[in-house]
Amino acid sequence: MSANRRHAGVFAPVLSKIAPALLSVGALVVAWELYARFSGISAIMLPAPSRVIGQAIQHRQALFDNTVPTIRATLFGFGCSLTAAFVFSVLIDFSRSLRRALFPVFIISQTLPLVAIAPLVVLWFGFGLAPKIMLVALVTFFPMLVALVQGYAATDEDIQSLLASMGASRARIFLLARLPSSLPYFFAGLRISITYAVVGAIFAEYAGAAKGLGIYILNAKNNFRPDLVLAAVLVSATLTLVLFGTTVLIQRLAMPWERLGEGRRS
Amino acid sequence: MSVQRLELRGIRKRFDGLEVLADISLTVRPGEFVSILGPSGCGKSTIFKLLTGALQADGGELLFDGTPLDHGRRPFAFMPQRDALMPWRRILDNATLGLEVQGLSRSQARQKVSPLFAEFGLAGFERHYPVQLSGGMRQRAALLRTVVQQRDMLLLDEPFSALDALTRAGMQRWLQAMWERHRWTALLITHDVREAVFLSDRIYVLTERPARVLDEITVALPHPRTDLASPQAAAIEARLLQTLLNPQPEKGK
Repeated sequence: MSANRRHAGVFAPVLSKIAPALLSVGALVVAWELYARFSGISAIMLPAPSRVIGQAIQHRQALFDNTVPTIRATLFGFGCSLTAAFVFSVLIDFSRSLRRALFPVFIISQTLPLVAIAPLVVLWFGFGLAPKIMLVALVTFFPMLVALVQGYAATDEDIQSLLASMGASRARIFLLARLPSSLPYFFAGLRISITYAVVGAIFAEYAGAAKGLGIYILNAKNNFRPDLVLAAVLVSATLTLVLFGTTVLIQRLAMPWERLGEGRRS
Repeated sequence: MSVQRLELRGIRKRFDGLEVLADISLTVRPGEFVSILGPSGCGKSTIFKLLTGALQADGGELLFDGTPLDHGRRPFAFMPQRDALMPWRRILDNATLGLEVQGLSRSQARQKVSPLFAEFGLAGFERHYPVQLSGGMRQRAALLRTVVQQRDMLLLDEPFSALDALTRAGMQRWLQAMWERHRWTALLITHDVREAVFLSDRIYVLTERPARVLDEITVALPHPRTDLASPQAAAIEARLLQTLLNPQPEKGK
């Protein structure tokens, strides 16, 4: 019984959930293709999706070579950002004064326009990996920090006073209750931030890089090749979707009780 | 009279000028099941917070086994109103929580708790998550988590108030039977008159806030109690309701 139900429980809903999305995206692509073909618009203005895909396949080696640095920048930057966000979230959770001192700084960091900051960071730190990591971290750090801090604060008061009555220390309560309670918030933040991370990496490369999807897009644009711009966009969209899907998968594995509760909540 | 397990003498507590506990004195003997019955919001839960050390009393004395209460000793196992099970822990690991906090390893704690699952009607549910259990089962799991801590005394804060009437009645009978077997020293907070009569050896009735002890009633019904509708039980219930609904004007006020 359980094997059957498990299959039905995982695959059938996923399929029925993504079918409408596939249909709507498919319809959009078909409409675009028809318009590009029959409206007489020049391919330099708007290339048809078939051409974009054809060019993407033709230039797959160049696209691949430029995607790898983008993935590297995204993952390194996001990893650094996650680590920093976790460390600071713990510090902030344990010290109210630290929270008062640091939060304004973090908020100000969020007011910096990326368009202005990205070229400066590249100017200061060169065309290597470091400025990309910093820019990805800049755009993803704050959402992750807020998600974690909010998650800790959402801990059930009853569970905490229960632990206190058992004699648990502040640190023990953090580990046993506050940290696990933040998981849903953490994953919500993760899903948002991972999409920012890809955009951040591409933007950083756009501002200056030896290789990467950002610089590839810039060059394609300067050569009047919108088909290649869109091919690179296709790759970055796929990359984002894969990363997004990975976070959803990790969440399912990390929080098995979440799925068990579905359909039981009345 | 033998030495009291727990004794409260003239306990007072106020929050920002709001007087919550005016004068609470009560005793619990070893192996006795005592209830505190009072209207909602009268400060019953505050008494537990004083006992568990979450709050400090403004006046009065808290004695445990005849000596002032020392929170380093932690003589109480506390069961909160809602089950407060951790949704991310399996039932087995929820039950071991108190033992883990006491410093036992997870496997030691599991060995200690596992044999009790059958008695608590939870056999076969060790690997389930709380979300998969019914309300009654969750409360039994919460009581199991409380009992395995092997403290000198249980503090039960309206443990069945969140359950539907039928489940609650079933749980009261079950707790009664469990108590017959184990004779825990227990202090129960409730606003359910029938529950207090059914489970208790003695009942303290509190006034509205600021709370003081309005009445103390010994429930001399024989054990094991199965009959909720006996004339004696009904008489005590009637007296409790009368006291709660028509409190006499307090003396000296």
